[in-house]
Amino acid sequence: MRLTPPEVDHIALLARLDLSPAERERAGAELSQILDHFEQLKELDTEGVEPTSHVLPVVNVLRHDEARPGLSREAALSNAPEQAGGMFQVPRVVEAE
Amino acid sequence: MTKYETVIGMEVHAELLTESKQFCGCANEPMAAPNTHVCPVCLGFPGSLPVLNGKSVDLSLRTVLAFGSKINTDCIFERKNYFYPDLPKAYQISQRLLPLGEGGFVEIEMPGEDGTTQLKRVGLHDVHMEEDTGKSQHGQELSDADSSLIDYNRSGVPLLEIVSSPDMRSVEEAESYMNTLRQMLLYLEVSDCKMEQGRLRFEASVSLRPHGQEEFGTRVEVKNLNSMKAVRDSLRAEIARQTQLLDSGATVTQQTMLWDEVSGTTQPMRSKEQAHDYRYFPEPDLVPLQIDEAWLARVRDSMPELPRVRRERFQSALGLSPYDAALLTTTRDIADYYEATLQSLDKADGAAKTVSNWVANELLGRLNAENKTVVESPVAPAQLGELVKLIGDGTISGKIAKEVFDAMFESGRDAKSIIEERGLTQMSDSGELEAICRRVIAANPKAVEDYKGGKEKSFGALVGGVMKETKGRANPALVNELLKKQLSQ
Repeated sequence: MRLTPPEVDHIALLARLDLSPAERERAGAELSQILDHFEQLKELDTEGVEPTSHVLPVVNVLRHDEARPGLSREAALSNAPEQAGGMFQVPRVVEAE
Repeated sequence: MTKYETVIGMEVHAELLTESKQFCGCANEPMAAPNTHVCPVCLGFPGSLPVLNGKSVDLSLRTVLAFGSKINTDCIFERKNYFYPDLPKAYQISQRLLPLGEGGFVEIEMPGEDGTTQLKRVGLHDVHMEEDTGKSQHGQELSDADSSLIDYNRSGVPLLEIVSSPDMRSVEEAESYMNTLRQMLLYLEVSDCKMEQGRLRFEASVSLRPHGQEEFGTRVEVKNLNSMKAVRDSLRAEIARQTQLLDSGATVTQQTMLWDEVSGTTQPMRSKEQAHDYRYFPEPDLVPLQIDEAWLARVRDSMPELPRVRRERFQSALGLSPYDAALLTTTRDIADYYEATLQSLDKADGAAKTVSNWVANELLGRLNAENKTVVESPVAPAQLGELVKLIGDGTISGKIAKEVFDAMFESGRDAKSIIEERGLTQMSDSGELEAICRRVIAANPKAVEDYKGGKEKSFGALVGGVMKETKGRANPALVNELLKKQLSQ
């Protein structure tokens, strides 16, 4: 199964990857290979088999509802490239009206 | 009536009343100073792992049980992937294929054409657990207009999303749905529902279609609704906008609009994040939930009586009017207060109605005037019960009782001590009252003459005279009887 260049572009956009033409070519080929592999898996008869979301035989791992201290604000912000007023500063995400 | 039928669906996000966040132990206090309740989990640091908060599952279960939804006893969490700065992991942990609850309904009341109340069921598509995102601030007030500031206190706060079917047909139905839902969530103690703090958030999707048409019109989502009024106003504005478009032969575009309270219009949301392809997949960091019968039974046992059931019981078992029953069940606290007062009275005859009047008129009146809730009432239920008892047994008159109540409300003291201190006990000694009546009759020859000449009204003046003499303490029934007896002599 061959992914089309627009499909590769769409996936790159979703992953926020800025691919060069060569990288796009390679990613397309590799992703197509992965899809081929799944095509092969689809040949198996899975009729009556429950979908598996987890392989561990464990359920209901729960925590008691108790608050405990987390990081200090200073520590939390220490790796932020930019900060202001105790907050993380990022490029504006909603365009001005 | 316009040519079009309105179709409205609602998505409701309720932040749950837990101590800690959904997947980490940070305090669930989104209003605290920015970034003071954050940790590697809710900041999305690599290598950190989420662990689900048991209380939030309990609260979510309580809600889906109240809606009568089908519960997916084996359910999983999924990742909803998208990039946005308020979502530090670049995915939100949510549920899609196996939400906690599917189906169910919220029953709303609408006034019928003949003045009766009509019940209508608004169906639910699903109810699912997820986590809230951080809060971003953008805008002119920032020194740097090209940046946004992010506070992650809200990141990871337990969230329940309640998605309705497109079952509402008017703005009024949407309002009724929101009010009913809010009241249920408050009764269930699932969320504090503080809309002004974003603890409860509504999004509406609205479309129009010609009357009689099966097929839905193109729907528009309306966001940024932080009050009931905003929902109402934005829906009206959006319906007007779509009506105009359709009338002019244009089509409605499927899009997300933001409500702008200042201009009173809905405006298309412009976001740099247009690629909505969430690529949900099972959250590998969280094992499945398996909810067994014992767990459900435990949650069921913790369920309070729901508002409508309680209202109906107040009418059928206590004989209250629909109006009084609705007023007294407005909040669970008011209903609890009312019932606690009633219980302190050993179910005396007529007590239900009397206590209802005291709570609805005097107590809630005073509390509202002082902007207090019933929980903050200076008068405890048992204290109000005692006051009602003292009226019932004739110790004080109803008129004096109001004075006593005011004093109780101001001081928090018991009715008895106030009555004793001020000498407010009702005068029911006929000997003493007889003498006073005689004096009043003697002092008001004109009124007596008018009364005997057929002017019934003059009798009231004489009663008033006795009340004045006794500072309102005279037993009114006895005064009536004594005056009539003396005047007929």
